[in-house]
Amino acid sequence: MRQDIFPLQQGGRKRRSQWLAFGVFGLMSYSIVFILFAILGFIIYKGIGVVSWEFLTTAPADGMTGGGVWPAIVGTFYLMAGSALFAFPVGVMSGIYMNEYAPKGWLVRFIRMMTNNLGGIPSVVFGLFGMALFVKYLGFGDSILSGSLTLGLLCVPLVIRTTEESLKAIPDSFREGSRALGATKLQTIWHVVLPMGMPNVITGLILALGRVSGETAPILFTCAAYFLPRLPRSVLDQCMALPYHLYVVSTSGTDMDSQLPLAYGTALVLILIVLVVNLSAHALRRYFSNKVKTN
Amino acid sequence: MRRVCEKIVEGILTCSGFVTSVAVLLIVVFLFAEAMGLFNKKVVEEGYVLAVNKANPVRRLSALQIKEVFDGEITNWKELGGPDVGVTVFRLEDITAYFSEEELGDEYERAPRCVSRVVAGHPGIIAFVPARFVEKDFPGRLLDDECVSFGEVFAGKEWFPTATPAPLFGFLPLVAGTLWVGFFAILFALPFGLSVAVYMSEVAGRRTRGFLKPVIELLSGIPSVVYGFFGLIVVVPLLQRVFGLPVGETGLAGSVVLAVMALPTMITVAEDAMRNCPRAMREASLALGATRWQTIYKVVIPYSVSGIASGVVLGVGRAIGETMAVLMVTGNAAVIPSTLLEPLRTIPATIAAELGEAPSGGVHYEALFLLGVVLFFITMLINLGVEYISSKTGRSK
Repeated sequence: MRQDIFPLQQGGRKRRSQWLAFGVFGLMSYSIVFILFAILGFIIYKGIGVVSWEFLTTAPADGMTGGGVWPAIVGTFYLMAGSALFAFPVGVMSGIYMNEYAPKGWLVRFIRMMTNNLGGIPSVVFGLFGMALFVKYLGFGDSILSGSLTLGLLCVPLVIRTTEESLKAIPDSFREGSRALGATKLQTIWHVVLPMGMPNVITGLILALGRVSGETAPILFTCAAYFLPRLPRSVLDQCMALPYHLYVVSTSGTDMDSQLPLAYGTALVLILIVLVVNLSAHALRRYFSNKVKTN
Repeated sequence: MRRVCEKIVEGILTCSGFVTSVAVLLIVVFLFAEAMGLFNKKVVEEGYVLAVNKANPVRRLSALQIKEVFDGEITNWKELGGPDVGVTVFRLEDITAYFSEEELGDEYERAPRCVSRVVAGHPGIIAFVPARFVEKDFPGRLLDDECVSFGEVFAGKEWFPTATPAPLFGFLPLVAGTLWVGFFAILFALPFGLSVAVYMSEVAGRRTRGFLKPVIELLSGIPSVVYGFFGLIVVVPLLQRVFGLPVGETGLAGSVVLAVMALPTMITVAEDAMRNCPRAMREASLALGATRWQTIYKVVIPYSVSGIASGVVLGVGRAIGETMAVLMVTGNAAVIPSTLLEPLRTIPATIAAELGEAPSGGVHYEALFLLGVVLFFITMLINLGVEYISSKTGRSK
């Protein structure tokens, strides 16, 4: 057996096969980097000429062949804010329960399994569910409210997971110290555990927001409008959204030549939002981790 | 007082702890509630009937037969177990070919009479008419009104949700399309995903890793609709040119785009699993004279194989559930795929493309919800599989 695992070979041959394997792995890894930069580069290159102040601040015009994306940007931000309002409290509280209160054992395993399951459900199924529950059963209609709730539900598992993980990373000695000083369990969580876990929780929340900003399938049937000349006035109005707008502009329509630049521009704006959200999450994480260290 | 407050807060926290379980339950309930009506619906469009001549012994037709009859593929009753008479298809629009406007009356008030005469007069007729045009003493015979059957849906090979008089809801082409694209996506992604995972966890130094990690996070952050757009503008024309295809929107394009989309999940999970391999095991292997590469494929990979497997399975789940990108690049032809170079259609893409047009509460609408149920259970199975795999490692440690 030992002979088999470590055959007595010439060192040169061993080294050569290692060199080959590592070379292939490195090549594969950098080809993924290449794919990312190809996608980003292509969209930035094609879209940069389209995006202007006017493109960002005007509504689509001439049957989707001119104008800008302002209502779609606004709609996307409404949806992000709405889903955040729903998902963050619920997700963070659920994470706190899982890590601090729930008795370890089958119950936690069950809840975690359900959370993972919810996280693995395809986004289009969320769309169906949102349509059945929020749009039809609860009677919210196609509205920002329905869309935000659907999107919020979609990112709850992500929020729970990050909350749970960041709370788990806090050593028990902090909790014990607080309890020993006479604080109740809730006071311990509020004054000790949460402040320490906050940086990571917030980073997770921001990443969840990034995911929400790009989702299309859940809002197809719950909220998104093909075209609205004015901005939504209440949460029961429909709204436009960037991802759906990109889908519409790039797949349906008659005048592809004049639509394509708009599609590039929309894709660029969408990617920029996602990039900014992701990078700010990273920056935040770095900032907080430095802060904790210097204290 | 403080005690009470604390109890209340604890209660709220406990409730929110169960929010995901409740959500999963609600999803199941609502999807089923909307979908199950399908099997109570009649095959023939609501408010319409199919009538034949009294002499015709055929009593029932399946949805597929009805479609073939009305598409002109079946032209003789013999094929349906009837007499050797040619099939005459009659829709209400055709009535003007048989009768003048005078005979029909200004508001079609005499149309029921005319329908009766047509049905009575032609032995090989099959008439598709509104139920209100059927008189009390109708001289023909109405075909048995059947409900959509389980077998026709799950074993049906044709998906024609808007065909009249009888829409066909065969799930097979969609299920096959989904699995087909998912399978090839994983096939393409597997070598890349595993190599990158190994490279990041075992080979790359701190700085390289610090560069690759955000790249992969960004790759998973790009919205699916942007992948779809990129696929549509770049990948589809490229494949079309390379393979000389009539249309570039094929299963291959879908698989390629999905492979890129499934990569981040696969890499992250597999890499985590490999990094969890204890340092002592690696060091023992190296101390025995193995090279780093030998250590990797004889020690690290076997140790973390279940983690790698979960990563791959999660990637499959992501690929199967992906909607927008697939919708945009696969061409959406509902046929059972035989090669990768033809258009095909997946379950999520079908739902996304058709739900907007399906009238709420109708047969089509319910069939789409049933597709949602199928998709839900496929992904549920995948998730439970991952759960099972990772629980096994937990025990063996």
